[in-house]
Amino acid sequence: MAGPRPKAPLPSPAGRSTAEGRPPSAEELLPSAEPVRFLTDSGAVVRRRSAYRAPDEALLRRAYRRMVVGRRFDAQATALTKQGRLAVYPSSHGQEACQIGAVLALNEDDWLFPTYRESMALVARGIDPVEVLALLRGNAHCGYDPERHHTAPQCTPLATQSVHAAGLAYAERRKGTGRVALACVGDGATSEGDFHEALNFAAVFKAPVVFLVQNNQYAISVPLDRQTAAPSLAHKGVGYGVRSERVDGNDPVAVLAVLGAAVEHARSGDGPFLVEACTYRLEAHTNADDPSRYRTEGEAARWRRRDPVARLEAHLRRRGLLTDEDVEACAAEAEEFASRLRERMNADPELVPLGMFDHVYGTPTPQLDEQRALLRTELEAEEALP
Amino acid sequence: MTTTATTGTTSTTSMAQALNAALRDAMDGDDQVIVFGEDVGALGGVFRVTDGLTDKFGDDRCFDTPLAEAGIVGFAVGMAMGGFRPVVEMQFDAFAYPAFEQIASHVAKTRNRTRGQVGLPLVIRIPYAGGIGGVEHHCDSSEGYYAHTPGLKVVTPATVADAYSLLREAIEDPDPVIFLEPKKLYWSKADVALPARAEPFGRAAIRRSGADATLVAYGPSVPVALEAAEAAAGEGWDLEVVDLRTIVPFDDATVVASVRRTGRCVVVSEAAGFAGVGAEVAARVQERCFHSLQAPVLRVTGFDIPYPPPMLERHHLPNVDRILDALDRLQRDDEPDTRFLGGAA
Repeated sequence: MAGPRPKAPLPSPAGRSTAEGRPPSAEELLPSAEPVRFLTDSGAVVRRRSAYRAPDEALLRRAYRRMVVGRRFDAQATALTKQGRLAVYPSSHGQEACQIGAVLALNEDDWLFPTYRESMALVARGIDPVEVLALLRGNAHCGYDPERHHTAPQCTPLATQSVHAAGLAYAERRKGTGRVALACVGDGATSEGDFHEALNFAAVFKAPVVFLVQNNQYAISVPLDRQTAAPSLAHKGVGYGVRSERVDGNDPVAVLAVLGAAVEHARSGDGPFLVEACTYRLEAHTNADDPSRYRTEGEAARWRRRDPVARLEAHLRRRGLLTDEDVEACAAEAEEFASRLRERMNADPELVPLGMFDHVYGTPTPQLDEQRALLRTELEAEEALP
Repeated sequence: MTTTATTGTTSTTSMAQALNAALRDAMDGDDQVIVFGEDVGALGGVFRVTDGLTDKFGDDRCFDTPLAEAGIVGFAVGMAMGGFRPVVEMQFDAFAYPAFEQIASHVAKTRNRTRGQVGLPLVIRIPYAGGIGGVEHHCDSSEGYYAHTPGLKVVTPATVADAYSLLREAIEDPDPVIFLEPKKLYWSKADVALPARAEPFGRAAIRRSGADATLVAYGPSVPVALEAAEAAAGEGWDLEVVDLRTIVPFDDATVVASVRRTGRCVVVSEAAGFAGVGAEVAARVQERCFHSLQAPVLRVTGFDIPYPPPMLERHHLPNVDRILDALDRLQRDDEPDTRFLGGAA
């Protein structure tokens, strides 16, 4: 979705007024409490016309392909965890529309600020899956180069990275690069103070940042009604003067439409945008979790009927944009992707224990040099063992 | 506050003015240096350290933010990732605590977790410690939290010249720096010619040479240690005073050389003593100087209590008498220290 790169003028730090010079009303900030939908649960087109522009055919086809590969990647990562190849894996099965939609809304040089649940999105961004999984495999805190991919490390503390996204977006705006940042958070993280500080800073400084809240209904085991008494998570943006919208997070067409518009809004200098995508985590929080303790199988089954991949496939088939051959080709590509990943992950990663002392500081302190020498001695003694 | 001309001529300058001059010169020299925080703009900071910066450099170089410390530090992380060199102000020591997660989990670790690919050249300035009659939550010695967090550099000036030099170096440093400004020294004055650079990070300074014992101090405790050394001279003690300047990186070499020479060591620190920086210094000294020590390494620190109300703070803070008392216990007569005899069952 490459667009022109206007060098936006610097906003006055306190400027948050509309063209008429008054602050936007709550209705302008959140036009509807209903999630934007393009598709019904079965993939038919909804009757009501949306204010958002529908994504073009090529984008929809690209989204389908990446969602199929993404889902297969996710299943493979879950399997690798069961085989002991990953320490832990938080699945995003069921959230494919959000994962892929976030990536497709961004230009390559825009910035993505992911959480631990965004492995699928990172793979869709083109980052080597083995590098993506380094954190969860346990051989590095971040296996990829954030600068190269314009993707921050996957964040395990909640909502802290949303403030970084605001700061980085503001930096890009000041440099006039036209780049935006997109920060992912979950429903639970919207209760964290840093989420609110990020919204507030982004709004006050008109930072070109999109906050994508994937409301998958549970923060590990805690349901949304214990998380908040707000009418919706999108309402939280209104209090900070942030343009906000709710979207059916299992409707890939709607997700692409709304996120595309949100990114455009940010890029054109209109400040931050908050998107609450209503979706569902079909799997457990991680392999260490037991969802039967806090939710019913019936509930999960109801959400399975709104499966984002099936909905998009049905929609594309109806429009004649997807053939049996296309579906088979995507499935084959996904299998090939998974099989290559399995093979590479079955080899033990190379570990460099002395590397632990690198990059604590730009230049190691004398104390770290001493400690590195101590570990080297231990390693040499280990080597010498029969 | 009048600003100090940084022309190289000597003038009487306060520590606050020297810090202001350092910010001004750093901003002059590098457009990427930006200053933000609470009340740092029109007001010039509650201690006036950022006085005049918005006037001189504009509201996009020195600006006020919403009142949210985690937001300020997190925003600085993002701006540093985006190529700026943010210098942010936390208004008071204890008011920096909301930012602690950002500092401990992100500021300190980003270089390491990205395996050197993303460094964060940013400075977090924190007015700290007591001695100015501040009400509660305005007088904490919080250096231990930061010093215990790998990835942070922790710096605290004790002299006017060091305030300038260390802050300039902090802003130029590729790593994040917690810059702790002793509040009670903001109005201390010295004749200095700015800009002037002192020894780099990781070098302690010997503020007074002596042969009989070493006082190790930093930040607000350095003037107290020097005063005690003067008083002790009258009692026949020839004391050396070491000013750490940078707690991290720590200068083992200077401290160890001094204590090996003198054979006795007292560590002076305002912070609560238990598990503090003073304890770390004492441990390092005994590890490295055991065979040179004529007496146990002693600490003179604040008590292990929440910082007391201002009318009681003089009883809490290490003072000359308490340091002299510690010197009396350094076993010149080879008698064991009776205060520690009851320590074991």
